Amino acid sequence: MHIIKPDQYARMLAQLAPATAASRRGFLKGGAALAGALVIGVHLAPRGAMAAAKDDGPMPNAFVRIAPDNTVTVLIKHLDMGQGVTTGLTTIVAEELDADWGQMRAEFAPANPALYNNLAFGPVQGTGGSTSVANSWEQLRKAGAAARHMLVAAAAERWKVPASSISIEKGVLTSGSNRATFGELSADAAKQAVPKEVRLKEPKDFKLIGTRLPRLDSADKTDGKAIYALDIRRPGMLTALIKRPDRFGASVKSFDASAAKKVPGVVDVVTVPAGIVVLAQNTWAAMQGRDALADIVWDEAKAESRGTAELLDEYRKLAGTPGKPAARRGDAAKGLAGAAKTVDLDFAFPYLAHAPMEPLNCVIEKTGDGVTIWAGSQFQTVEQAVVAGILGLKPEQVKIETQWAGGSFGRRANPPADYMAEAATILKAIDGKAPVHLVWTREDDIKGGFYRPLFVHKVQAGITSDGRIAGWRQRIVGQSFIVGTPFEPVIVKEDIDGTSVEGSADSPYAIADFEVDLHTVKVGVPTLWWRSVGHTHTAHVMEVTIDELARAAGKDPVAFRTELLKEHPRHLGVLKLLAEKGEWGKPAGPGKGRGIALHESFDTVVGSIVDVSVVDGRIKVDKVVCALDCGIAVNPDVVAAQIEGGIGFGLGAALHDEITLDKGVVEQANFDTYVPLRISEMPKIEVHIVPSANAPTGVGEPGVPVIAPALSNAIFDATGKRLYSLPFKLDEFKAT
Amino acid sequence: MKFMLNGAERTLDVDGQMPLLWALRDVVGLTGTKFGCGAALCGACTVHVDGTPVRSCQTAVADVEGKSVTTIEGVSGEVGNAVVAAWRKLDVVQCGYCQSGQIMSAVGLLSENRKPTDADIDAAMDGNVCRCATYQRIRAAIHEAASNLA
Repeated sequence: MHIIKPDQYARMLAQLAPATAASRRGFLKGGAALAGALVIGVHLAPRGAMAAAKDDGPMPNAFVRIAPDNTVTVLIKHLDMGQGVTTGLTTIVAEELDADWGQMRAEFAPANPALYNNLAFGPVQGTGGSTSVANSWEQLRKAGAAARHMLVAAAAERWKVPASSISIEKGVLTSGSNRATFGELSADAAKQAVPKEVRLKEPKDFKLIGTRLPRLDSADKTDGKAIYALDIRRPGMLTALIKRPDRFGASVKSFDASAAKKVPGVVDVVTVPAGIVVLAQNTWAAMQGRDALADIVWDEAKAESRGTAELLDEYRKLAGTPGKPAARRGDAAKGLAGAAKTVDLDFAFPYLAHAPMEPLNCVIEKTGDGVTIWAGSQFQTVEQAVVAGILGLKPEQVKIETQWAGGSFGRRANPPADYMAEAATILKAIDGKAPVHLVWTREDDIKGGFYRPLFVHKVQAGITSDGRIAGWRQRIVGQSFIVGTPFEPVIVKEDIDGTSVEGSADSPYAIADFEVDLHTVKVGVPTLWWRSVGHTHTAHVMEVTIDELARAAGKDPVAFRTELLKEHPRHLGVLKLLAEKGEWGKPAGPGKGRGIALHESFDTVVGSIVDVSVVDGRIKVDKVVCALDCGIAVNPDVVAAQIEGGIGFGLGAALHDEITLDKGVVEQANFDTYVPLRISEMPKIEVHIVPSANAPTGVGEPGVPVIAPALSNAIFDATGKRLYSLPFKLDEFKAT
Repeated sequence: MKFMLNGAERTLDVDGQMPLLWALRDVVGLTGTKFGCGAALCGACTVHVDGTPVRSCQTAVADVEGKSVTTIEGVSGEVGNAVVAAWRKLDVVQCGYCQSGQIMSAVGLLSENRKPTDADIDAAMDGNVCRCATYQRIRAAIHEAASNLA
């Protein structure tokens, strides 16, 4: 299930438009006198011959730039937050171009939805849903092939030979004794007509795709040169920190800024809807200034004041009652009534912060007839619309310079574009008189909301006397992060938010009598998608329940799944490879256990087998073997890295990650209380890719969902004790 | 405040209580050293002071007066070069944001222990958080650097 479809994005954008018109309020006029004093930096390198020569079509000029110095630069329309898309997307172009990998460069594309929209998102430029390679696949192959065609045409003209006599290898064109590099032909190639149709390579002829090419970002990320938004420095820039309320939904009533203003380096204190802003000449001064704010009184009339315990009570009560139907097949009640054995399982999943290593931040500055934002921008078109609305600009007057992002895990793509909106309100509050660098500290991040929602699942399922699934009734309770955003009227259908039920409602398991219900609750805690979205909880529920049913039926978990997935060859292919590589048939050994999980998300099927041992009453995760079918693996090493990272990220959530609230106040603040996975807990991970000639599918997220259920199943195998809710508590175990 | 920074003498006119992290990033303009938590919990800000890894977010500028500070931009020498080369060979990085700190801690480890075991690596590197979970490759890269130093 794709969480949001192209036509839904199109209608969501239409929802944003009225806000833009309504709040147009002379931002430009107000600060016009100061505009001339600002230095406007040109961030993008000057455009090369091909890009400069043509602006009449999206290909090849919008994506490929061949320079006289023989470099080939690919314009990357997506954010690279670590998933390696700069390398992957560049590889796709290089393949069709027959370029040499050493001449390839990558550069982030400007914000321009007409050229750089995500084809999976319709008219919106943005990165998410593990779509970067999948949506760019054909587009960039065509861009590369078109550029190749133009180089060949230029060479044919120069050498007066037929185009069919020209071949290209590693960036060099030859025909008989004629020879030229891309760089030597770049100016002439730019004058050639852009071909209407191009022929793409057969996958069997790929030379670069499918090989372990080195990442383009390894050098700059190992010597301090890579620039993230936090590293942007602009003349006269002020660093802004916001003092936020302890409870979500509260607003500032009164405060005393006199001590804060006396801190050396503090320039200004203003209020915005998010809280009290301290602006200073450097980060340290801003921190001290924020700490010096005194006598703050918050208006908590509209604030959320419930705690996690109360919410869980409410959710569990709701899970005992029917909700809105998200899936219906056969008759679950009848199936359950005829079951020989039944299981009744309760699961709970906490709020989760994304906690990317680079805290949220961006720089915003008045430039030209609008503003420029430097950010790890993940949702360019939405951010342009939101910031334009606040500042009374047109979206195209909001320029975005996308930087390397220090992680995201979903956090930087936010329908309300929260931190960019905050930065825009601050720039407006100071009349645009200086560039503003809004910085969130780690505490702001952990306490700042936009969490993966708290979820409760209740599952009743049965087994017939001959070991088949007799019925399945699942009730899901949680908040929707779509409700209340411009996506709501577009996505929420008959009270079902697909992001809450994906991975369960569309389960591929052949269960005849199947029902999934959803209770969408309203809580004043801001929530958001978190790496692998609904699958973060649904995969765990499905795979733990299937494991229990297999055991109740007295069947091997792999054989049980194989029987239920007969109609799904990709699932079966992954399961087979996984069972073989994970040595499924072999006993785990005394004091050890082995568990399996399999799940499809973002069009990719991933399975994992986890080996654990019980050491001094504690569970140790020894090894994780993964197999996946992601279509063609553009770069198998980057794919492996994403699965390794996804497993590690999911393992952190399985073992530690948890945001809790006490009377509406978040109880965690930094990495001592919101505990990340550390190196000493990282198991050995193997990744095996099912060979495929199909178009690539997502890999950034699909590794995450399978680790927690496989671990729960392994712990059960080792100890006979079942862990349902996350995070697991791994103390006080005994091996069976 | 006078100290050696990446081999050159540097004088900063700042409050001595300013954390070295912010002096480096906001005053000197060396942004390779990263802010991750501000509380010595994540290691993203790791630099060397007289050859020893320290968390620059919890080190006041006054504390490095007269000392020698090395940041990611100044990594050099046999061990430093071996670590950076191994990081590149194994493509350790994902988002890359924590990797300056990871590399500074790894250089510190290999400067003291040329043949670390997995357990030695886990102990030395446990203070450096990577949310992308590149840990498996970090371990492998440290072994790779160690084998090239042997």
